[in-house]
Amino acid sequence: MRYKPIIGMEVHVELKTLSKMFCGCKNDPFEAKKPNIYTCPVCLGLPGALPVANKKAIDWTLKLGLALNCQINYLSKFDRKHYFYPDLPKGYQISQYDLPFCYNGFIKTNDGVVRICRVHLEEDTGKLIHTTVNGEKVSLVDFNRSGVPLIEIVTEPDIYSSSQAKEYAKKLYQIIRYLDISEADMEKGQMRLEANVSLIKEDSCQLPEYKVELKNINSFRFLEKAINSEIKRQIEILEKGKTPAQETRGYNAEKNQTFSQRSKEEAQDYRYFPEPDIPPIKITNQWLKAIKKELPEDIFSRLLRWQKDYQVRSEFVENLFETSLQADWLEKVFQNMRKAGLDSGKLVNLILHKKIKVNLFQDQPEKLVDIFKKQTVIEDVSDDQLKGIVKQVLKENPKAVEDYKKGKTTVINFLYGQVLRVLKKKVEFERVKKIIEKTN
Amino acid sequence: MKLNKLNLKQTLKLLEKKEISLEELYDDIFQAIEEKNKELNIYLYVNKKALEQAKKMINFPLKGVPVAVKDNFLTIDMPTTASSKVLENYYPQYESTVTKRLISSGGVIIGKTNMDAWAHGSSTETSDFGTTKNPRNSVYSPGGSSGGSAAAVAANMAIASLGTETAGSIRQPASWCGVVGLKPTYGRVSRYGVIAMGSSLDCPGPITKTVEDAAILLKYIAGKDENDSTTSSLPVKDYLKFLNKSIKGFKIGICYFDLPQLKDSQVNQSIKKAAEVFKSLGVQVDYLQTSEKLEQNKVISPKYAIGVYTVVQRGEVSSNLARYDGIRYGKGREFFGAEAKRRVMLGIFGLSSFLKKEELVYKRAQRVRTLYIKNFKQLFKKYDVLISLTSPSYALKIGSSASSPMFGELQDMLAEPSSLAGICGISVPCHHDKKTNLYLGLNIMGDYFQEEKILQVAHVFEKSIVL
Amino acid sequence: MIKITSLIVDKIAQLAKIPVDEKEKDKLAKGFNETLEVVDELFKIDVSQVEPTYQTTGLKNVFREDKIEKEKMLSQEQVLSQAKNTHNCYFVTKRRLSSFEDSL
Repeated sequence: MRYKPIIGMEVHVELKTLSKMFCGCKNDPFEAKKPNIYTCPVCLGLPGALPVANKKAIDWTLKLGLALNCQINYLSKFDRKHYFYPDLPKGYQISQYDLPFCYNGFIKTNDGVVRICRVHLEEDTGKLIHTTVNGEKVSLVDFNRSGVPLIEIVTEPDIYSSSQAKEYAKKLYQIIRYLDISEADMEKGQMRLEANVSLIKEDSCQLPEYKVELKNINSFRFLEKAINSEIKRQIEILEKGKTPAQETRGYNAEKNQTFSQRSKEEAQDYRYFPEPDIPPIKITNQWLKAIKKELPEDIFSRLLRWQKDYQVRSEFVENLFETSLQADWLEKVFQNMRKAGLDSGKLVNLILHKKIKVNLFQDQPEKLVDIFKKQTVIEDVSDDQLKGIVKQVLKENPKAVEDYKKGKTTVINFLYGQVLRVLKKKVEFERVKKIIEKTN
Repeated sequence: MKLNKLNLKQTLKLLEKKEISLEELYDDIFQAIEEKNKELNIYLYVNKKALEQAKKMINFPLKGVPVAVKDNFLTIDMPTTASSKVLENYYPQYESTVTKRLISSGGVIIGKTNMDAWAHGSSTETSDFGTTKNPRNSVYSPGGSSGGSAAAVAANMAIASLGTETAGSIRQPASWCGVVGLKPTYGRVSRYGVIAMGSSLDCPGPITKTVEDAAILLKYIAGKDENDSTTSSLPVKDYLKFLNKSIKGFKIGICYFDLPQLKDSQVNQSIKKAAEVFKSLGVQVDYLQTSEKLEQNKVISPKYAIGVYTVVQRGEVSSNLARYDGIRYGKGREFFGAEAKRRVMLGIFGLSSFLKKEELVYKRAQRVRTLYIKNFKQLFKKYDVLISLTSPSYALKIGSSASSPMFGELQDMLAEPSSLAGICGISVPCHHDKKTNLYLGLNIMGDYFQEEKILQVAHVFEKSIVL
Repeated sequence: MIKITSLIVDKIAQLAKIPVDEKEKDKLAKGFNETLEVVDELFKIDVSQVEPTYQTTGLKNVFREDKIEKEKMLSQEQVLSQAKNTHNCYFVTKRRLSSFEDSL
């Protein structure tokens, strides 16, 4: 019996606004040197405190939604989501229920389009540390993180493999970094991945009867591995004729296994209702226009365009930058390179291999042309002159020549280096290589 | 005469003229508190530093006058308990906007007054610290939930006081204690630092000896607050300017006189008497019939408000009490009193998935709320103000509220429509029963942000009658 | 019309995180039944011509600027001052056996 995975993903992203979502407290929970120093009556949930919404967090949510090809809800609101937990000071989280800011978007992956159901804004909870104090098992609570703006991105179950999930997550990360709305550092908890994994029979069109939620996965690699091990686990259960339990599971990287964290038998009754303390939000045409104006060119379109305009390969250049401002700087560099008739692809290569001294994003873009030239000047060396030097180098390095004849082609690099030493000028590797090969 | 019997306007005048001193004033106030607080149980906390603070305020507009504050306003340096054991000995880490404004205008908080615990009630009997007695006749209840504040003013244990109203909690105790109580338009006065009950309904407001006093206090506490997203940016009017203007030519609509529970009762007479007073002042008075649906020139029956209240208000209450888990402050949830527990559970039930209907129950309730808003909108196009009885009865005896069939439901019902719509209303005494020493109150309602109109009408009425 | 059972009362008590004893349960069940009746009445009224009102103010788009407001922040001392149990500047609470919603 063959099974097909049906996977949906939920990703939470901490925004890097200066202040929190509903109050003016400092938004810097990870770097805080002490617990409970960045709080106020609002994010501490003191009696009588009231929330006031951070406009920038909403702007950034709309920005992300647009970058994810979403539609915008022109009339939106916040809602209260109720549950009890020590890190949730009000006993409810201010989130969004039926009118999220953005909906119906998508991300294209190599294995198909992953539809994005919604992008909404909410507040983060405090942090719990489980420990023992005076022999008693306790939880310690720190509210520095309580109230930090959090965007939640939810997909439809359009993902059919762990590799596709990884690609989706990576692309989402790229887009978020590109807009520079979050550092999205998973180790700091600024981007949190969750995958809902189910299996159906390969030839079935029916929806799965259950859903297992994988939580607390903090790297792309672990996401792929966790999903894989979970699929394996579920197949084993299904082959026995049983249905996997509906629950939340974590991932143990050492054992490469998922483990049960809590049963999710019944759907939680969050008793959502519209947040009465915050007036509804009307996204006016003017407002949306302003956001669209600030929206940079879509990152993937840009990479394709760079390939065409500057002959730089996406899979290389995408490792050079994260934010759109950084991409702007690079684009200026490429433009200058093109004007000077120089190869941007090569420049990218040099930078990646750290073979060129450059203060990325800080040097003047025009300067890079000069730096590049200095590094790779193809000074006029005649073929004859070059042939002569090659002959000389080969004569002086008989062992290398022998190795090469034996099939150790990497020796070419050594010989190339020797040629340059003698020449005291930089010549293209390919050119020298051809001559070395011909000479033999 | 004892200076604690003065009203706010008189006190300010005499202090200004230096005809009385703060020391003398506070002497008499503290004496009254000393003599009567044990019996009446009005104050949960008395500010012994009040005089010392007052002396620094003599050059401010409110000149250091002692104001009683309901114990759901957060006050630094004074405990704030909402009359619940859960918050016993809770000393807030920040000040409510309203008390901050009161203090910066020169007012002094003389003490924190008793209330129904968490504002759940109409008699102050659900307080975890014992009920308050009606100063007019101590066998009777002062009403609630701002019972302590209304009683403080009636007992002359404060020159004025502050309360809050969610559905009757300022106007009803004011009516039962024979004083003036003003519920401003929702959004006129900041809720920041007021222990939340019904977030879309709560209105802090003044409870005072005269209408003019209420106008004075409102001026200092009203206005936009950047800490409360639901406050209005509309400028605060100079309410005192409107007080002595004539109301000749005004049009007044009388509501709820024909409710089956009221129409044959004796108290209904006072509505008719009030109508006559207005007519004699050159006001056009129309009796508006109650209707089961939205109709021109009729007032929608308040009975549908019960449904809205049950879902919306109780839902908001259950939500607002979710933060009391005893971890960051206060005690655990097992310390909630019986009434609080009941309200929270009912509130949760009303929002829960057990109630599955063709539309979200909460949403449906908010539609019915719109009916009331529309009704008032229509009526205020024609009428300057609307009036009704504040309460269907005089104060009830302590202990009888639980058994009285008329009580809870009807009590709230008269105030619910205006509270749900968020419009403003003021209760002013309209009848005094010499035998029991108890009072009836007239509820004068006005359109959004037209506090000056209801103050104007109430002031004229107050001056035109002899109680 | 659903029938209010003891299970429902228990579930609501759990959602409310409030301890209730057997005596209180009966009273509550009665209260829930009354609520059901009242809610039913709500659905008998003609509201076809009206939209829900979530807020009577009519306000929209009330925001704050993204800046740190130091004056409103509380000192660590103030924050912890009203708690009955703290440890190394953290709030302390009993460890639950099964967490409800996990955070990182």
